[in-house]
Amino acid sequence: MTISAAPIDMAMRDPELGRTRRWRRQSSTPKARGLATVTVIYLLWSLVPVAIAVLFSFNAGRSRSVWQGFSLRWYTWDPVGSVANDPSLRSALTHTLLLAVLATLVTVPLGVTLALALDRWRGRIPSGANFAVLMSFVIPEIALAIGLLFMITLLTTPFTLGTTAQVIGLITFQLSYPVVIVRARMLTIGKQYEEAARDLGATALGAVRRALLPMLYPAILVSAILVFADVLDNFVLVRYLSSDASTETTSMRIYSAARAAPTPALNALATLVLIASLTVVLLGWLAYRRWGKNEGEESSVGSFAGNF
Amino acid sequence: MAKRSQRFLWPALAIPSFAWLALFLAIPFYVVLCIAFGQVDPIFRTSIPAWNPLDWRFDQFAITLDRIFGANNFYLPPITRTITYVVTAVIISLIIAFPVAYFTARYAGKRKGLVLVLLVAPFWISYMMRMLAWVNLLQTDGIVNSVISLGGLLPVEVNWLSGKPYTVVMGLIYGYVPYMILPLFAALDRISPSLLEAARDLGASGFDVFRRVVIPMSIPGIAAGMLLVALPMMGDYFTSDLLSGSPDTSMIGNLINGTIQTPGQSGQAAALLLLVLLVLAAPMFLYTRTVARSETRS
Repeated sequence: MTISAAPIDMAMRDPELGRTRRWRRQSSTPKARGLATVTVIYLLWSLVPVAIAVLFSFNAGRSRSVWQGFSLRWYTWDPVGSVANDPSLRSALTHTLLLAVLATLVTVPLGVTLALALDRWRGRIPSGANFAVLMSFVIPEIALAIGLLFMITLLTTPFTLGTTAQVIGLITFQLSYPVVIVRARMLTIGKQYEEAARDLGATALGAVRRALLPMLYPAILVSAILVFADVLDNFVLVRYLSSDASTETTSMRIYSAARAAPTPALNALATLVLIASLTVVLLGWLAYRRWGKNEGEESSVGSFAGNF
Repeated sequence: MAKRSQRFLWPALAIPSFAWLALFLAIPFYVVLCIAFGQVDPIFRTSIPAWNPLDWRFDQFAITLDRIFGANNFYLPPITRTITYVVTAVIISLIIAFPVAYFTARYAGKRKGLVLVLLVAPFWISYMMRMLAWVNLLQTDGIVNSVISLGGLLPVEVNWLSGKPYTVVMGLIYGYVPYMILPLFAALDRISPSLLEAARDLGASGFDVFRRVVIPMSIPGIAAGMLLVALPMMGDYFTSDLLSGSPDTSMIGNLINGTIQTPGQSGQAAALLLLVLLVLAAPMFLYTRTVARSETRS
C-alpha cells in the first residue's frame, strides 16, 4: 500500500471523515458559496424583522422604531396599556390560548380515529372522506369561514357565534393534520404488528389499542403540536366566527390595531403568543426525542408535499 | 366472531369524524350554494336561501358576472390585480425558495439541522406577528426609512404602507415562501447523491446534471410548493389590509370580505366565492389526488 492511497483508505474506513471531506470540498466551490449566501440572506430577511418586533416589545418608550431603553413596561407595569393591565389585551391572550387547547383536544382524537379508519377500511365511502379531508387542507380558509358563518346565522342550530363556532371551525380546518401525519406513519409501520397481536389472542380493538397506537404516539404528538401552533396563528376563521370583544384573539387584535398607532404593548402581546408557541414546540420536541428514539421516524412534513 | 369485530371496527372508528365532516364541511358548503343560487329580500335586504335545488336561480351569479364583465365592472380590477400579484409573488417565491432548498438539501452538510430549524421557524411565528413586524419597519418614521435616508441625512420619506403594490407583493412572498421551501427541500433531499455522480460519470457537465437530473426530479416539489403558496394567496385579504389598506391594492379576498359585510350582498359574496373555488378546483383536485395516492402507496 502506497502512501498516496492512505487518505482514500482512511475515508473508506471512516465514513464520517469521508463525508466531512467531501462536504468541505463541495462547500468551497463558488456555486456552493453563492447558494450559501442566498440562504443566509433569506434567513436574515425572514427572521430579523420578527426579532426587531420582539426587541421593541421591551422598549421603555411608546415608539416602535426608536429604542428608548429596556423595560418590561408593556408586559407588566404600565397601569393602562400593558398586557397585564389592559383587559382587552389580556382577554385576547387568554382567549387565544383557550381556543388552541380546546381545538387540539378535539381535533387530535377525531383525526387519529379517522386516520385509522381511512387506512384500513377500503371502499368508496372512506376514499370519499379522505378526499374531503385533504380538500379541507387546501380549500381557501375564507370559504370554510363564510360557509360556517352562513350556516350558523341562517339555520336554526344549537351553535352560536363566539367560542363555540370558533372551535368548530378550527377543528374542521385542522383535521387534516393528524389524518395526514398519522397515515404517513401507519404506512411505514405496516400491518404485521397488529396481525401478530391478533394471532396472540387480542381483539381487533385491543390490537389497535395495545400494538398499533403506542407506535403512533410520536406522530400523534407531532400533529398535536402542529394543530396547537396553527390555531394560535389562525385569523380568518376566528374573526368571521367571533361574536363580541370577549372572543377577540391576538391575531384579530393585531389586525385591527396594527395600523392605528399602537404602543409596543401590541408587540408584547404578539411576543407572548410566540413564546407560547415555541414552548409547546420545544416541549414536544423533547418528548418526541425520548419517544421516537429507536423508531427511525421520518419527517412527516414531507407528507404534504405529495408524490406527483 | 373475530372477523366480524374486525369488519365493524373501522367503520365504527370513522363515525364521529364522518358525522363531523358532514355537519361542518358538507352542510356549510351546501348553505353557500343555496345562498349563491337564492334570492335577496327586496325590503329587508336579507338573503333568502333557496334550500331546494329545484328553486335555484342564477340571479346572484348574473349580477356578479355583470360586475366582472359588464359595463360597470368594478369587480374586475381586484380580480386582475390578484392574478398579477399572485403570479408575481409565486415566481419570486420560487426564485428565492429553490436556491435555499437546494443549498439545504445538498450543501448544508453538518449545518443542515440548524438551517432546517431556521427555515421552519416562521411556521411557529404567527402570520399577523410577521406582518406586524413589517408594519413596524415600514412606517414613515420606521427603521427602513431611516436606513435609506442614512439616519435622516437624506430627505427620503417613502410612504411604504399606503397603496404600494410592491409592498403587498413583498408581504405575500414574506408570508408564504416558507410553505414553498419545505416541499421543495423534501423533493430535493430525496435525490440520491449517487445518481448525480452517475450522471457526471456518464459525461454530463455540472449544468447538464442540474438541468436534466435535478430539475426533472424536483418537479413534484416545485408543483406542490407553488400550489401551497398560490392557494392561500388567492383568498388572502389581511396582507393587503395591513400593508396597504388602500382600495388601490385590494384583492379578491378583500372583495369577498367587503361584500359579505355589506347588507344585501351576501348572495354576491357567495357567488364570488363559488367562482373562486371553481377556478381553483383544478389545482386543488390535482393536489388532493396526488397526496391521496402517495398515502396509499406502500
